[in-house]
Amino acid sequence: MTETVLEVENLQVEFKTRNGIARVLNDVGFSVQRGQTLGIVGESGCGKSMTALSIMGLVPTPPGRIAGGQIRYLGEDLLAASESRMRDLRGNEVSMIFQEPMTSLNPVFTVGEQIAESVRLHEGLNKRDARDRAVEMLKAVGIPAAERRVREYPHQLSGGMRQRVMIAMALACRPSILIADEPTTALDVTVQAQIFDLLKELQESTQTAIIMITHDMGAVAEMTERVLVMYAGRVVEDGLTTEILTNPKHPYTKGLISCVPHLEAEPKPERPPLTEIPGVVPSLTELGTGCPFAPRCNEVLPKCRSDMPVTEQTGPDHRAACWALDAKGAAA
Amino acid sequence: MAAVDDTTIQTLKVESPAREAWRMFLRNKSAIVGLVLLTIIIVVTFLGPLVYVIDPFDVAWAPFTPPGEEATVPWGTDYLGRDVLAGIINGGAATLAVGASAALITIVIGVTIGAFAGFYGGFVDEALMRVTEFFQVLPPLLFAMVLVSLFSPTLTTVAIAIGVVSWTQTARLTRAEFLKIKQLEYVTAARSIGAGNSRIIWKVILPNALPPLIVSATLIVGVAILFEAGLSFLGLSDPNIMSWGLMIGSSREYIIDSWWAVTFPGAAIFLTVLSVSLIGDGLNDALNPRLRER
Repeated sequence: MTETVLEVENLQVEFKTRNGIARVLNDVGFSVQRGQTLGIVGESGCGKSMTALSIMGLVPTPPGRIAGGQIRYLGEDLLAASESRMRDLRGNEVSMIFQEPMTSLNPVFTVGEQIAESVRLHEGLNKRDARDRAVEMLKAVGIPAAERRVREYPHQLSGGMRQRVMIAMALACRPSILIADEPTTALDVTVQAQIFDLLKELQESTQTAIIMITHDMGAVAEMTERVLVMYAGRVVEDGLTTEILTNPKHPYTKGLISCVPHLEAEPKPERPPLTEIPGVVPSLTELGTGCPFAPRCNEVLPKCRSDMPVTEQTGPDHRAACWALDAKGAAA
Repeated sequence: MAAVDDTTIQTLKVESPAREAWRMFLRNKSAIVGLVLLTIIIVVTFLGPLVYVIDPFDVAWAPFTPPGEEATVPWGTDYLGRDVLAGIINGGAATLAVGASAALITIVIGVTIGAFAGFYGGFVDEALMRVTEFFQVLPPLLFAMVLVSLFSPTLTTVAIAIGVVSWTQTARLTRAEFLKIKQLEYVTAARSIGAGNSRIIWKVILPNALPPLIVSATLIVGVAILFEAGLSFLGLSDPNIMSWGLMIGSSREYIIDSWWAVTFPGAAIFLTVLSVSLIGDGLNDALNPRLRER
């Protein structure tokens, strides 16, 4: 029986901007089970990273504000938790790795000191024990000559190495949830695969739940059991990864999947060498009442421009929010 | 990959940023001149009185004896017949001590105010910056004179007065560094492992803001020494403790008759401030990565 470690319900986050209030997250909801990987996909600016920061309690306030909803960690409401309680949780129970390994490590401390820092904060270990743990963690993330590397500074390591250090830092206190915010975007493709393998391996041994934020459908297929597709601060489709990859319901999901370049596929009229979704993510202050994806959608209906689509069950473990589903359902 | 790394790592030297900066500093000739000069000044100031045992306030020979004329007073005497060389040797301690402690006070006040203003922003920033501006528009020498004459002119009050009037630059510099660094990703990363505000201010951001602060601190030492000399020149210093500024101040009316009683302490101040500035400049080159390539 799997245990639900994190539940997010109706999460609303607003940002005050010069052009009015931008609702960057709207009714976002999902849950994560122990030892499971959830993918959150979408283009830049659709609210993926903001979802992560909300869980960590790190939404920059002001200008940001969590306007509603609930985030429950093992039943405890994190939005109601005090700052000192959140400090205890961060790094200890819920950890995060960032997109840019080049800039997420403090340049004036050795990597060992930085890994040890997290253990000393949460487990009150002394210097020597914390350092031993740092070496142990560096070994666990597959860094050779860990005893030596532990004394090195971030600028002496390559990007892949630094991301491994970030992972070591995040996992040093054996958290229940690891949020990986585009952990491989800044890395070479070959290193990406290594990082994915490492994450999977560590997940198997520690039973950490991973929330993997990405815009890469390949990474989703590789890593996740469940996936959440976000667009303009809303969840447009969610369900089992296998289900969504083989049978996407929302036109945006279909678009994302068709954007993955295929090395072997011959370019054909229906599959040009590179596909794209036309247009860009709309500005969040300019959203109308209709579906935010409507201006870019190739299956758009008149209704889409005036009414927000309702989320519907489209399979045993699969939901999507699109008016075109209804039309098709009615036609079928 | 592992095999390659294992062999290359053995030859790679681990060098801390401080060590690297020190190596860069040693490459700078003028910085070394400054360091040697300051070392000589400090050694003379602290060991000199043990070797050249003459009370700088005692009458040593006839007044207005020029330097080189009499072997007992090689650098001559002032209008009261006091030994100028003894004054130079004994006056350094007060000047250096006031300069250093005034710089320390400047840095403590400036860094604290700048760090809070830059880190918390918003109302805290507004309030602290208005206070800073208030201190900035006061003429520093006049303000320091008022402070020293309000209390008794001792070395401590002089040091505090100099510190209180000159921290504004440091506060602004620290604030600017904090505003820049607090947005960097490693600060968010530190938060995400559970670091609190004070830890982030003092242990994450401040170490990264240090290079420009160290440079400005050295220059502040120079300015504070000049300030101390200026105040004692105006008679606002402890009259019972010999300092270079006091020597210039007391002999200034006789500059035509005995140039040496004013020139030697003046040269001592000049060389001290010069050496400190050269060191500051060298540190700037060593700590600022953009200047390293020159």
